[in-house]
Amino acid sequence: MPDGSTTDRIAYSAPIGDEVKTTTCYMCACRCGIRVHLKDGRVRYIEGNPDHPVNKGVLCGKGSAGIMTQYSPARLQAPLKRIGPRGSGDYAEISWDEAMEIATSALRKVRETDPKRLAFFTGRDQSQSLTGFWAAQFGTPNFAAHGGFCSVNMAAGGLYTIGGSFWEFGEPDWERAKYLLILGVAEDHDSNPIKTGLAALKKRNAKVVSVNPVRTGYSAVADEWVGIRPGTDGLFVMALIHELLRNDRVDAEFLVRHTNAHWLVVRNPGGADDGLFVRDADGKPLAWDRAQGAMDAAAADLSPVLVGDFTLPDGRKTRPVFHLMAERYLGAEYAPEAVAERCGLDAERIRRIATEMADVAFNQTITLDQPWTDTLGRRHEKMVGRPVALHAMRGISAHSNGFHTCRALHILQMLLGAIDTPGSWRYKAPFPRPIPPGPGPAGKNSKPNTPLAGNILSFTHGPDDLLVNDDGSPIRIDHSFSWEAPLGLHGMMHTVIGNAAKGDPYKIDVLFMFMANMAWNSAMNPLETIECLTAKDESGEYVIPTVIYSDAFFSETVPYADLILPDTTYLERWDCISILDRPIGSSHGPGDAIRQPILKPDRDVRPFQDVLIELGARLGLPAFTKEDGSARFKDYADYIVNHERMPGVGPLAGWRGEDGSAKGVGKPNPDQLQRYIENGCFWRHDFSAEESYFKHSNKLYLENAKAMGLIGKSDQIVLQIWSEPLQKFRLAAEGHGAKQPPEALRERVRTYCDPLPIWYAPLEQEAHDTSGFPFSAVTQRPMAMYHSWGSMNAWLRQIHGANRLYMSRAKGEAMGIAQDDWVWVESRNGRVKGQVTLMEGVNPDTVWTWNAIGKRAGAWMLTPDAAEAERGFLLNHVISEWLPAQTGPRLANADPITGQAAWYDLRVNIKKCAPGEEGVTAPHPSALKPPPNMPEPPDILRYNAGGKAS
Amino acid sequence: MKPAPSIVFFTVASGAGYGLLFWLGVLKPLGLLPANTLFGATAAIIALALIAAGLCSSLLHLGRPERAWRALSQWRSSWLSREGVAAVLTFLPAIIFLIALAHGETSLMLPAGLLSAVGAAVTVYCTGMIYASLKPVKEWHHPMVAPGYLLFASFSGAALLAMLSGFWGGGFFPALVAAALGMAALFFKRAYWASMDATPAASTRESATGLGFIGTVRPLESPHTESNYLLREMAFRVARVHAAKLRSIALLLGFALPALFFCLAIILGGGLAIALGVLAAASALAGLLVERWLIFAEATHTVALYYPTPR
Amino acid sequence: MTSLPNPTPGAKKLGLVIDLDTCVGCHACATNCKEWNTSGHMAPLPDQHPYSAAQEGVWFNRVHAYEAGDGDEGRTVHFPRSCLHCETPACVTVCPTGASYKRAEDGIVLVNTDMCIGCQLCAWACPYGARELDEDQGVMKKCTLCVDRIYNETIPEERRVPACVSTCPANARHFGDLGDPNSDVSKLVAERGGYELMPEMGYQPVNRYLPPRKASSQVKSAPKEAGPLPSQINNPLLRWMDKVLSR
Repeated sequence: MPDGSTTDRIAYSAPIGDEVKTTTCYMCACRCGIRVHLKDGRVRYIEGNPDHPVNKGVLCGKGSAGIMTQYSPARLQAPLKRIGPRGSGDYAEISWDEAMEIATSALRKVRETDPKRLAFFTGRDQSQSLTGFWAAQFGTPNFAAHGGFCSVNMAAGGLYTIGGSFWEFGEPDWERAKYLLILGVAEDHDSNPIKTGLAALKKRNAKVVSVNPVRTGYSAVADEWVGIRPGTDGLFVMALIHELLRNDRVDAEFLVRHTNAHWLVVRNPGGADDGLFVRDADGKPLAWDRAQGAMDAAAADLSPVLVGDFTLPDGRKTRPVFHLMAERYLGAEYAPEAVAERCGLDAERIRRIATEMADVAFNQTITLDQPWTDTLGRRHEKMVGRPVALHAMRGISAHSNGFHTCRALHILQMLLGAIDTPGSWRYKAPFPRPIPPGPGPAGKNSKPNTPLAGNILSFTHGPDDLLVNDDGSPIRIDHSFSWEAPLGLHGMMHTVIGNAAKGDPYKIDVLFMFMANMAWNSAMNPLETIECLTAKDESGEYVIPTVIYSDAFFSETVPYADLILPDTTYLERWDCISILDRPIGSSHGPGDAIRQPILKPDRDVRPFQDVLIELGARLGLPAFTKEDGSARFKDYADYIVNHERMPGVGPLAGWRGEDGSAKGVGKPNPDQLQRYIENGCFWRHDFSAEESYFKHSNKLYLENAKAMGLIGKSDQIVLQIWSEPLQKFRLAAEGHGAKQPPEALRERVRTYCDPLPIWYAPLEQEAHDTSGFPFSAVTQRPMAMYHSWGSMNAWLRQIHGANRLYMSRAKGEAMGIAQDDWVWVESRNGRVKGQVTLMEGVNPDTVWTWNAIGKRAGAWMLTPDAAEAERGFLLNHVISEWLPAQTGPRLANADPITGQAAWYDLRVNIKKCAPGEEGVTAPHPSALKPPPNMPEPPDILRYNAGGKAS
Repeated sequence: MKPAPSIVFFTVASGAGYGLLFWLGVLKPLGLLPANTLFGATAAIIALALIAAGLCSSLLHLGRPERAWRALSQWRSSWLSREGVAAVLTFLPAIIFLIALAHGETSLMLPAGLLSAVGAAVTVYCTGMIYASLKPVKEWHHPMVAPGYLLFASFSGAALLAMLSGFWGGGFFPALVAAALGMAALFFKRAYWASMDATPAASTRESATGLGFIGTVRPLESPHTESNYLLREMAFRVARVHAAKLRSIALLLGFALPALFFCLAIILGGGLAIALGVLAAASALAGLLVERWLIFAEATHTVALYYPTPR
Repeated sequence: MTSLPNPTPGAKKLGLVIDLDTCVGCHACATNCKEWNTSGHMAPLPDQHPYSAAQEGVWFNRVHAYEAGDGDEGRTVHFPRSCLHCETPACVTVCPTGASYKRAEDGIVLVNTDMCIGCQLCAWACPYGARELDEDQGVMKKCTLCVDRIYNETIPEERRVPACVSTCPANARHFGDLGDPNSDVSKLVAERGGYELMPEMGYQPVNRYLPPRKASSQVKSAPKEAGPLPSQINNPLLRWMDKVLSR
């Protein structure tokens, strides 16, 4: 009898689907271009868009599972009004009309009385240019997205130092780097470009060194894994700097041309000008010229001196930045021997890595035959690059010393001459930007029915820009931009609910959140957050009177809101990855992107952005209403095309102008979205070869960038080794100026606002006795679950249905802990139970687990016995939003400069569970009740969008 | 490997059935068994019933039993297909043999009986080869596995025949055969286990992953956090302590006691011999169920190398 | 016939080359395979208990993680595992129905699910765990090497590769004819010492794995620089004092 080959019908020429549409992925924050194939109205296949600049056709494990997110049974079905107590899950379905009416009346009351009493916080939404603008129009300073608990240390560290950042505003030169040092990078921004970039580096036999307490993912493929102890990266980096300085392996020419290394700093201890730059009458910083003495630091004919004490004609004593910097890092406390034990590394190894970096930077230089002209108008025939690239992320960021560590990394790059040169780290357009950019944050004078002028999340240049009252107390509910977090430029979402519940600095009326699972994995401590959300005052009213929440899914936060505005999935709406927010630009040029609706929602849900724009109109916010009071924008798509932040500048930079020919600046183009769709839902502009490097000092680039509206001025952007804004805060703490920190914070501000990077032990660890908690505990993001939003997915939950506590095999065995044992992870804040996996590739003093796998029983339409609820656990349960109690104000467990949540400062003890305690995690809060009319999840899923008939 | 009850029952029942058919087919025409037609017919019916029950049971193991007929097509390459074909073909002489026995047709009895015996042997050999040909299971891919199936089938068949012959007063010769085979099976099985225990696995985690050049290979994370078909099917393994106990039970019940009972039956004779024959046959079948369960439960599949060793 | 096609020299042997040196374990190959194939030639790839305890499903590609070697010296290796499309696949020869077959024209091993009786013997015969039982339909399924993609004229030619290959962000998966010694994949295997899994089984897998590169081969050990210790020079800063620099 014949075999199956004769009758097996293989469809060799069947099209994948009936139609294919492009859009932008939103399974994580990476913003890859995707092609969505549809068959019979259902999603047949999602693939990477080969033409897209971000992912060039590839798509990660999470993005490829988008179908299961689209068809998740956990999708909310209709607007909901709470009818039982918070947390009970008792809801009534209501119409959108009613929902909008409820929301409008609650918000109108706030706006008419005290707009501050609205706290509007969003998770990783990609429409922050809209949400932030809306909040400013509303008149509340209490707006932010999730950046404060994500990576603000990287953003602030970079933007205040080099005018770009590791985070989303820069990338290694994947095509040319010969040596890549990554620090604290597990799965992270920006996931697919890192993967394709690593592959490219490896193909060229470039060396990849990963500094990370855990050997997974990118560290696994690195040529060298440096298993550092969490929170000590700053010491490691400063020891590298020490070595470069000790061996005089620094690019002094780069420093004087591109950084403030030669700028003169006033030496006047105790004086009001101590530590500030010496400036001329026009405010221009001065340097010391070998022949002429003090003169304009930016002058072309300057021969600057880097070391020495100089007295100005007016008698002021000064010293160049380089001198101050070198003096600090040549100190014995930064020698490899001095830091080795604390870092858990060999001194010899630190020395070797420094030597390797210097060798690649200075002996394996890349020279491109590409002429360019600097901001002084001087033509250079070649572009000379130091092919050492760095990338650093969450492992640096999520520590209370992360800001300074990040700045130290940038100084390391500057010393090597490895900023935006061939082979090094490069800016992603629209960066670099002035250091720091723009005016300070808006929100000092919020008044009823009045928009705030300016950006809420902006950059403080000194004490005058802080959002504090006369007594130094915070204006913002999250204490961002106060003395507690003077550079809190992403807000501090992690403190909002706690502060609102405590009325610190005041009570609020409405908490309005979007896409932020604050009652579970997005909270540093979920159970405490739930307590705040359900807390009542003496009169029996909720302390936070109204909670409005928008989410597409039945997440753990849904049951704690009074009004649920159900959002769509990412395949059901318009969106823009705006040039005004965090666009998809790369080192090759600027770009932005859109999402278009691929599918019509089959539920009574609306895109949150549409809802927000309609609320803006209903509330009469000026930018959202016409003169006659009617709505200015029909919906988000209309806003994307027609909103102008400044004349000619809107959410999208591509195909502007009435005929669509303008880039960056131009009149709104009614066909703009269509042009994006025709181009695969993205726009990009490629820099010429001459614009491609040295962008901070590249005349052609800066002028073109200004013309395109990417930056306001085409002046050179001088990289800041010495940070004057920080010194200004320090001077205030030392008693100078009108605005000074309250006494309780004075010493803290003085200590941490150091104009040069410092290392200190994480605040939490210093603030309590850690002797009983010998391990550092951190989380990593699994690649297949990178970013936790919408993470209940039928396919992905098979890959990560439960998480383990990973620890060193040797340590575990010495403690009598075996593979698969159940243990308690105990911290000063409580304990959580999980199951152990022993491993080799982990720093012996560190335990870790995957982030955000554990789910609360009943949530996400999972049965309460699901693995996520039984064996999945959140480390969050043993973390705290707050530092251990001390005298003075309650302080966030955060970086003292930026307010970045210090997730990874956690110290724990591991204790084997008693017999009988195994099997189910704890804490294990009661099962949540699903909202009404949710679909019944199937017991067998046979997804088949019209392939071979089954 | 997971001992699927349907497969354990199938190989024991049809093995005994084919064994019985074999001995009936060989000994009956030679006149070494009771001449009674009722005896012959009864024995043949029991043999065929066991075979049929076994085969039906094996269908339960199939995902699509209604398509079972397709399994007859690939006899040129597949031992499973050969087993099916042999099983079906054996029914032809076996049914003729049954008719001959029922009607005392001695002329037909010899060719039909011998053909049935050959068919039975071939079928059981095919069954054995299904397992013996599977390289990923080192406990099965062993030269003693197929002969073992033949030996255990012929022993259990002989035991049944001896019991039945006893009812009709002619149990001496079959009991002698059964006792001898029982002893042989006992030593054979022990030799197999000794060989199996002494043979290291050809494949290791290091060869399965090719990563041995770096060092010891340890699983860190499985592809999925929960179980899967392959793990349930292939990574099942009985605990060592239990296996040792079960091995003793299998040897004792399956081979030693039946051999002893048949020896006693030969010596004692009479009604006691009949009772001993029943006991011996029952013990043999029970023991073989344990033996067959162990065949699976002690078998290791290379797939398990890719996963953490269950605790 | 579930006999194997006669081996002919130079016959096409389509297969994958998986680079363990760059695989970061992102599971893209696994989920993209799943989404392609659940509506593809062997559709569907069902999931049992998708929203409750004991969730599991049919996957043609599964990504393991191993640690090889001890401590710092060891490596973490992500290890995708799928059908290796063996040259002498016992999963085919054991099949009693002919449902399992190996294609003469390109060596792809397939299952005709209309003929499969679900006896699961092929799963027992496969040392690599490449067979996936669809317990819902009672038939065996497996990696098709995206046979409905790689020849599909409606797909742009450069994308006519298995879904796992086209989606892999780390460029850790390569597809091609391993029967042709001059193909890119064959050259890659030769250059990087690509190896077979469990060669001792004798199944002659077509797929090859490229080993993680030894760290030592990577580290271009930099010359040791014997810079002075700060304590050895009175003032290390003096070295820069007289450095003549221009802007």
